[in-house]
Amino acid sequence: MAKRVGIEVSLAIAEAAKLARADVVAAYPITPQTHIVEHLAELVADGEMDAAYIPVESEHSAMSACLGASAAGARTFTATAGQGLELMHEVMYVASSMQLPVVMTVANRALSAPLSVWGDHSDVMAVRDTGWIQIFAENGQEAVDNVLCAFRIGEDRRVLLPVMIHLDGFYLSHVIEPVLFPEQSQVDKFIPPYQHPMPLHPDRPVTMGAFGPPIIYAETKKAQEVNLEASTEVILQCWDEFGKTFGRYYSPVESYHSEKAKVLLLTMGSFSETAMTAIDKMRGEGREVGLIRIRLWRPFPFEEIRQAVRNAEALIVLDRALSFGGPGGPVCSEVRSALYGEDKRPKVIGFVGGLGGRDITPAGFESIINRGIEISQKGSENEFEIFGVRE
Amino acid sequence: MTKPEGELTWRDLEIGSIVTEAGNASQYQTGDWRSERPIFDNDKCIKCGLCYIFCPEGCIGQNAEGYFEADLFYCKGCGICARECWPKAISMVQEEE
Repeated sequence: MAKRVGIEVSLAIAEAAKLARADVVAAYPITPQTHIVEHLAELVADGEMDAAYIPVESEHSAMSACLGASAAGARTFTATAGQGLELMHEVMYVASSMQLPVVMTVANRALSAPLSVWGDHSDVMAVRDTGWIQIFAENGQEAVDNVLCAFRIGEDRRVLLPVMIHLDGFYLSHVIEPVLFPEQSQVDKFIPPYQHPMPLHPDRPVTMGAFGPPIIYAETKKAQEVNLEASTEVILQCWDEFGKTFGRYYSPVESYHSEKAKVLLLTMGSFSETAMTAIDKMRGEGREVGLIRIRLWRPFPFEEIRQAVRNAEALIVLDRALSFGGPGGPVCSEVRSALYGEDKRPKVIGFVGGLGGRDITPAGFESIINRGIEISQKGSENEFEIFGVRE
Repeated sequence: MTKPEGELTWRDLEIGSIVTEAGNASQYQTGDWRSERPIFDNDKCIKCGLCYIFCPEGCIGQNAEGYFEADLFYCKGCGICARECWPKAISMVQEEE
């Protein structure tokens, strides 16, 4: 039977990597991810986890070591945040292009300058196009569950792609939550052993990450794009199987009182649960509002988004990152683009908020929704508004 | 690889574009980068082999008579052989000449 434990989410994630029997962990500590890798180092040092822990000198090296381990056929795990993710950036493209199913949790953090260790989605959005499968967690249980799913999805022969699980730095990484841990035997059954079809091995030499001249590069990228797109099916199967086994179900886009709502708010990550409180209050006052949350960020769930918002008149998107000089937040512009070809679509109104650890309270979400409705009716001079900024 | 590189479609690629065939870099024609090519004057050549030693592409070899020649499939036309050849047996000429 599953065991319910009160535990800090970072430690719970490390326990999940242990339950998944990760063979190699290569990581560099950075706030707010530190407790994840600290606990993994502890588990390995205490002999509780049979893994090689590689203490590297930077995140660039961490990801590089993960690539090598995964290419040699090891189940590989790492974690990072903010600046650390940025330092990994170039190697992350290599992981996805070489189809190495590294699993990484990112404790989402704002980017410097000014130096901020607090949460937002600037780091995620900067690695949006690296070719990884990306899933957002809203609470500790979801982070743990999806770390387990990440190994199964990424290592599936039909996929073989690296997977990132995003959890909000501090908001999730540093809170203590009740978390249900499955039995080791259940996890062993749920995640089959990792077998790369062509691993690095002296008996059967292959070249990975070779030179790709103009005559072949475009074909390699098309293959990569098709593969990432096709992973959706495996992700859905995995979540379905996870639900049947463990009783908790996940889907690419999740809805909260959205069916008959005229106005929808769209969020990602832990802010969604705060937004639900605001939605509950407003619905109690007779307002026709609902909430949509994107769980699967890559591959982007186009069809599910279109379905989820088709009856709404206004869709208010909250981004926790800025695309400087661009059309507002990255989530808003992607959602808007996904809906552009639809005959019947809601007005899409963009807000950016919760930057660098600034809280948005339920009352704050209520203000965002009310202001969004106002903009949908009267328009605005701005492409988007930054919520709560002092003018 | 079963097909020449230029005929491979994205479906033909191995997982992660892995290369399973050893040494297939030899199929890569670097000769088409060239704007000048080396001309060997065997009347001046003393068969010292400096061109062979200095060629960064490793594309200069010795023929049956012991004279040196460049494999133009690979020769990038860098001109190092001509510069190093002290008896001045090698000269670089424009490709279109």
